[in-house]
Amino acid sequence: MSADTAPRTTNTAAALGRPNAVTDRPDDHRRGFRHGWVGRLVTHLCLIVGVVLSIFPFYWLLVMSTSSNAQIFGYPPSLWFSDHTMQNLATVFSSVDMLRALGNTVIVAGGTAVLVMLFDSLAAFAFAKYEFPFKRSLFTVMLATFLVPGSLSLVPSFVLMAHLGWIGGLQALIVPGAANAFGIFLLRQFATGSIPNEVIDSARVDGAGFFRTWWSIAVPMLRGGLAFLGIFTFITAWNDYVWPLIVLIDPKGQTLQVALASLSSVNATDLGSVMAGAVISVFPLIGVFIIGSRHFIANIAAGALKG
Amino acid sequence: MSAPIREKTATTANPVVGGAPTASISTAATGHRFSLRRFWPQYVAIAPFYVLFLVFGLFPIVFSIVLSFTDWDGVGSPAFVGLAQYQYLLTDPRFWNAVSNTFIIWIISTVPMLFLALVLAFLLHGNIRAKGFYRVAFFIPNVTSMVAMAIVFGSVFSDGFGLVNAALRAVGADPVGWLSSYWGIKVTIAVMVIWRWTGYNAIIYLAGLQSISTELYDAAKVDGANTWQIFTRITIPMLRPVILFTVITSTIGGLGLFTEPQILFNGQAVGGPDEAGMTIVLYQYDQAFNQFDFGYGSAIAWVLFFFSVVFAIINWRLLSERDGLKTPRRLRAPRTVTTSAKGPRA
Repeated sequence: MSADTAPRTTNTAAALGRPNAVTDRPDDHRRGFRHGWVGRLVTHLCLIVGVVLSIFPFYWLLVMSTSSNAQIFGYPPSLWFSDHTMQNLATVFSSVDMLRALGNTVIVAGGTAVLVMLFDSLAAFAFAKYEFPFKRSLFTVMLATFLVPGSLSLVPSFVLMAHLGWIGGLQALIVPGAANAFGIFLLRQFATGSIPNEVIDSARVDGAGFFRTWWSIAVPMLRGGLAFLGIFTFITAWNDYVWPLIVLIDPKGQTLQVALASLSSVNATDLGSVMAGAVISVFPLIGVFIIGSRHFIANIAAGALKG
Repeated sequence: MSAPIREKTATTANPVVGGAPTASISTAATGHRFSLRRFWPQYVAIAPFYVLFLVFGLFPIVFSIVLSFTDWDGVGSPAFVGLAQYQYLLTDPRFWNAVSNTFIIWIISTVPMLFLALVLAFLLHGNIRAKGFYRVAFFIPNVTSMVAMAIVFGSVFSDGFGLVNAALRAVGADPVGWLSSYWGIKVTIAVMVIWRWTGYNAIIYLAGLQSISTELYDAAKVDGANTWQIFTRITIPMLRPVILFTVITSTIGGLGLFTEPQILFNGQAVGGPDEAGMTIVLYQYDQAFNQFDFGYGSAIAWVLFFFSVVFAIINWRLLSERDGLKTPRRLRAPRTVTTSAKGPRA
């Protein structure tokens, strides 16, 4: 399976990363339409409508975060930015500890991402490049865990965390997600395709053991896949809501999403401040995404083609 | 697959982690045990995943079966009640309302979403200016906090001050009860799902389109096929595995819908007016963590799991029968022949 999918995937990733690398050759069957300026204009108009729909909620979020409640609840609605930002932010910080929630979220998302990159790359390297007894069965078992839905175990996981004394602690979010089948599967595809056996052979001849080889050869060669997995894990952990909502019962230990939800329930009539809180939870992550977007989008698509 | 390398370094370090090799510490006599011991670094490398899965994945699942046969509020000890939770569930109108809501929202979000994604992918396919910009712009909703965006959509669709009703009022139409009526609530939730996932699916379709060889199109053109024939006979069949992937992910996401309805009616009655926005996972959450009915919450989780398995089997059947990806080659050989025989004629 991996033998024939890996090269194709690499092509796709490259094509997605560099938009015109492969598609410079126009599709013959649509040449007439695509090369006329009318066709191109219509295409771009449709795409721009899509972009506006996609981006508008962010614009509206910013507008509301700068507006007073009189402006938000009034008719007709004002469609442009106002000057109420500071008052809204002041209300946010007097209602919930947003800075602390931001710090907690960075710890959870960053900690999970680092552990996932560490554990998943170790396992992926072993699965991709070494032969050991029960390897196939172990790999199949790992793939089967994909099928287990997370919501199945909300109740028993909560009970387990209570027994461990982890309720309210950030480790209840970090530890269970520290290694996952998705990342191992993804990095294994990368490792199979991109690490030549000769390099590992010569490392062994030089006396390097498994872990040394992993650190000095596999990690540098897998850095593209690792970067994607790290960003993906960071974003997922940042946005996670159900499980943090259940275990983070202490207001001081909340992540941004939980803090924002409680802000919106407590300050339901003060929407301007809720929106200011939402801005804090949304925009740092958009920055992370845009920095890593090239890697990110290409790999999401490549992962889907493999699946 | 490339030829794997056998780890030859026989080490004396302690092979405790990884499960299997523990027995071989003292007796390294027989070949099999010796070989297990030789591979300790690989077992150590893969161990974290399995240890974490056993503790935080498998154990809770087994425990959840046990819990679903009990009546327990989390305090004191659980009382065994047999199948009573499941019997109650079968006759619980609130549960079946949640099931019906979940499936309605899933249908009215997935169908338009995948259609729009396909259209976007076709528009993006080919030699287009600013393609990178479009892809980022379409993908951004997918990496955004759903809590924040559910709050934004809640105010855009607000019955009283929302932008949508203000626009309807401006053109002289009657306002709609987006957050108060049976269908309004479902449409609002579906719009949120569509907004978040259309770009994601479009990017995946686009990757699928780019992996189709241009030679296929050339061959069809030589045979005199028109654009519509090429679309239905080549593009769609070649995209089928990708389409099925998106259907599967949409099913998993649709059955697990929680954040959108929970935030939309945050601070109000759970599930909104008449529970028109109550989904299965939201009902499970409410029963377990608001009502502290852990037994019933677990029973709901297992019925949800049953639905997921049924859908997984349907999807898997579609994938293996129509495409033959997961079935042994000899099983699918006749079908493959039929498909390829159709190809050139198209």
